Amino acid sequence: MTALPEPFASWLGRRGWRLRAHQAELLELGRAGKSALLVAPTGAGKTLAGFLPSLVDLAADPKAGLHTLYVSPLKALAIDVHRNVEKPIAEMDLPIRAESRTGDTPASKRARQRKAPPHILMTTPESLALLLSYPDARDFFAKLRVVIVDEIHALAGTKRGDLLSLGLARLADLAPQARRVGLSATVAEPPVLARFLASGLEAEPAIVMGAAGAKPQVTILVPEARIPWAGHTAVHALPEVYLALKAARAAIVFVNTRAQAEICFRELWKLNDDNLAIGLHHGSLAPEQRRKIEAAMAAGRLRAVVATSSLDLGIDWGDVDLVVQIGAPKGAARLLQRIGRANHRLDDPSRAILVPGNRFEMLECRAALAALDAHEIDAAPLPPGALDVLAQHLLGSACSEAFDETAIYEQVRRAAPYADLDRATFDRTLGFVADGGYALAAYERYKRLKRDESGKWIVATPLAQRQYRLNVGTIVETPMLNVAFRRGKRLGKVEENFVLGLEPGDTFGFAGQVLRYEGMRETTVEVSRAKDDQPRIPIYAGARMPFTAELAARVRGILADPAAWHDLPRDVKEWLTLQRRKSEMPGREGLLVETFPRHGKWFLIAYCFAGRNAHQTLGMLLTKRMEREGLRPLGFVASDYSIAVWSTRPVDRPSELFAEDMLGDDLEEWLADSSMLRRAFRNVAVIAGLIERRHPGEEKTGRQVTFSSDLIYDVLRKHEPDHILLRATRADAATGLIDLSRLAAMLRAARGKIRHRRLERVSPLAVPVLLEVGREAIYGEAIEDALADAAQAEALIADATQDDEHDDSQAELF
Amino acid sequence: MHARITIEETALFADPAGALFWPATKTLIVADLHLEKGSAFAAKGVPLPPYDTRATLDALQRLIRRYTPARVVCLGDSFHDKDAGKRIAPNDRDHLARMIKGLDWVWVLGNHDPQIPPDLGGRVVPEIAEGKLILRHEPGGPVLAPGEIVGHFHPKACVVTKIGRVVAPCFTTDGRRMVMPAFGAYTGGLDTLDRAISGLFGRTRWRVLMTGRDNLHLFPAGRLEPVVRRAPKPGQE
Repeated sequence: MTALPEPFASWLGRRGWRLRAHQAELLELGRAGKSALLVAPTGAGKTLAGFLPSLVDLAADPKAGLHTLYVSPLKALAIDVHRNVEKPIAEMDLPIRAESRTGDTPASKRARQRKAPPHILMTTPESLALLLSYPDARDFFAKLRVVIVDEIHALAGTKRGDLLSLGLARLADLAPQARRVGLSATVAEPPVLARFLASGLEAEPAIVMGAAGAKPQVTILVPEARIPWAGHTAVHALPEVYLALKAARAAIVFVNTRAQAEICFRELWKLNDDNLAIGLHHGSLAPEQRRKIEAAMAAGRLRAVVATSSLDLGIDWGDVDLVVQIGAPKGAARLLQRIGRANHRLDDPSRAILVPGNRFEMLECRAALAALDAHEIDAAPLPPGALDVLAQHLLGSACSEAFDETAIYEQVRRAAPYADLDRATFDRTLGFVADGGYALAAYERYKRLKRDESGKWIVATPLAQRQYRLNVGTIVETPMLNVAFRRGKRLGKVEENFVLGLEPGDTFGFAGQVLRYEGMRETTVEVSRAKDDQPRIPIYAGARMPFTAELAARVRGILADPAAWHDLPRDVKEWLTLQRRKSEMPGREGLLVETFPRHGKWFLIAYCFAGRNAHQTLGMLLTKRMEREGLRPLGFVASDYSIAVWSTRPVDRPSELFAEDMLGDDLEEWLADSSMLRRAFRNVAVIAGLIERRHPGEEKTGRQVTFSSDLIYDVLRKHEPDHILLRATRADAATGLIDLSRLAAMLRAARGKIRHRRLERVSPLAVPVLLEVGREAIYGEAIEDALADAAQAEALIADATQDDEHDDSQAELF
Repeated sequence: MHARITIEETALFADPAGALFWPATKTLIVADLHLEKGSAFAAKGVPLPPYDTRATLDALQRLIRRYTPARVVCLGDSFHDKDAGKRIAPNDRDHLARMIKGLDWVWVLGNHDPQIPPDLGGRVVPEIAEGKLILRHEPGGPVLAPGEIVGHFHPKACVVTKIGRVVAPCFTTDGRRMVMPAFGAYTGGLDTLDRAISGLFGRTRWRVLMTGRDNLHLFPAGRLEPVVRRAPKPGQE
């Protein structure tokens, strides 16, 4: 093993630390100039492992210039890591300058950093993309030795990851001598991440596995109260949760959505007779509010914090000794991450309590525990790199220096997500960046890129350059509005759509309090403190966690195996036993479909286990098809586990209804008009630079033209249906909100294996989905019908028909 | 399906595509085509799909087939800017010229197009006063005169339906005067509740015909929601 040089050895000794095996290994690989991916659980000292080789190197030879570039998925994490790296630098009095650079860094500091780069720079994928787009990028990165990518598992497979991979591929050209260090939480397939990390490099990084920490102690909470049939907030179990918080030193209570965070926080405070300091942390809160909570937590002033995934990533939280997961974990990898937040020290076991919100979630928690025991982690395959991100990157590259199109095509293909990109698709993407890339009537005269004397591509106008810098990044948010007290402090942001539905006087829960909506002042939602205890309007749901296929398979496994039910809580066991008697269990394979009459309607329940997004799409398609067959569908509702559709007439042959060809014409027809696809197009159009990002404060100033992406979508779809941006939109639709890929896999697997049970009444297993909130009326997309309906409700007939009688009524109206 | 309406006792058809047909004079009326808006944006570095002119002309062609008018009135802002005529693609230009030929084509002048590209055909007028109707691009006064039909404002309206809020372009009228929706493919809109539009009706009760894909839908002003909610201004409500 490598001996640690001075002053590092004595510094470590003074702190009573020993170099761990994986830290030594990374040091060794660093000395040999080799790249490495470190896969280790939270608390294993990954940050130190990543930076130590750079610190040792720089301490020996602190020459000027950027030596180490650190990229993190979160601004807050970049800043946190910066603080942590400053400690050893200060304590050993090393002549090393470390700085962070994010969107929040003042312009003057950023300018100084470009002129005189620090030794170590902490940044984000977006800030890296910007650095790479400056004409002096080659000089800036000339002396770069190390690139550290933190929480790499959270970046790979996302559009931000695509952007980073392209940046890494370009860095490999600007600074071929720089090696890579990736830091990742425990994942199913480290080689996939290693390839991602290697984007642009010849050699694949060595994979270093940190020692597994002590086995976490995870229990499932079985409350005194009965376990509800539906709901996700687990309010019934909060008295027990509160007792657990009281017994803990400091706890994080994880929930899955912002809405749940608000509810859980409020309900806990109602129980809080001891006045424990309980805080709230989620992505919609104002940054200063979040920073305050983070600081209080780190300083040990909070006993508990209720949080969403805004705390999933590795910011150091001090002395947390308990993690509570409210609601089902939705995926084993996520659960592992969250559990790891307790006891940030590797050798003490993490302690966690899972609190299922309903009976299905009880099964899901069981499934997640079994997955942890079996060390099975969900493996999400990396999707191919997104074309809108590629377009953005190409424009950025052309802002920095002229490029040869074949050379840059080769460079792009060295980015792991783009390894299989074909030349034709690349050329069309480049064509889009250059002049819009429209087959007909192209904008030759208004190119964003032009060829220089040597035939290389370079940005054509300073305007295009400016537009790129304003537009960089892949996070497109739905327009958000500030929430603030009148003449008072800012509380956070809510989606515009949520506010549009409010009337002055309405109350809603936000930032841990019940607020009264007063009105809008410019782009700010003005509120006051409400006197009511219960908000009238439930807060918007926020993002939902995707339910992984691995966990779904395990839940099916539990359902199919009555022997596994013996230690389930009694009400859950009874529920399953009753289902077996009244109907049958869904089984590990195939598709169970139940039909039964209820209140004069016919219900169809399908246990697909493909996750809510795929079920939502399925619901749209099923009802379309039922409509055509004259079954008169009335509505549907989807959960992660199953879907329920109700209609005037019964479904007799579900196997025909569920035929795979549903994904053909019906899908095309539905997708084309789907608001989800329109939303996806908007994001693609913004990322690719077709329409400009809305910047706060710019909205609706007089004659300023904001372009509706819907209008562009309609025109493009009609006149150039295979345009590169529509292709990118459809690729997005395959996963995410529409989740076509999973729906297709489900339908394929069900072919020939559909079991239809005709029942006389609702089955026990069907109850939860029927109690789900957020039912969809089937006219979800039929705006025409809705308008006609609303107009009729006014008892007015606007459609003038040809007959004369009607004419009279029209004459009267006007 | 079009709706039969009357403005100052003049019978008109309102078409869901956003046009009016005046049967007595066989006149088709469209407002705010904004031809070549896409290329205007491209010149500013935003490469919008260049198909807006074609989409607008195709829609106009369909209306001409349906109503077989003798006269077509374009109620101003027909071209997005003064250079639009130089940018229009040759085939779009030919298409437009073919439509103009054989019809009495009237360009009413708008604020965007003080001049119509020469050689296109059609005649240019500041306004049309005929029977009880006055066709103009912009209102002649702070309140619309009886019989006045204008474009310019691109009115849209919002109603709450069982599937949520629906926003669509609309005709705004009190039965004596009217603001027409914009016909161009890339034209956005202004909330008809905005004082700039609602104020044109003085104290009369106005309503909207919202354009659906196939039909028009009538709503009284009181039924509309603001497209974007704002704090009530002092003195209002």
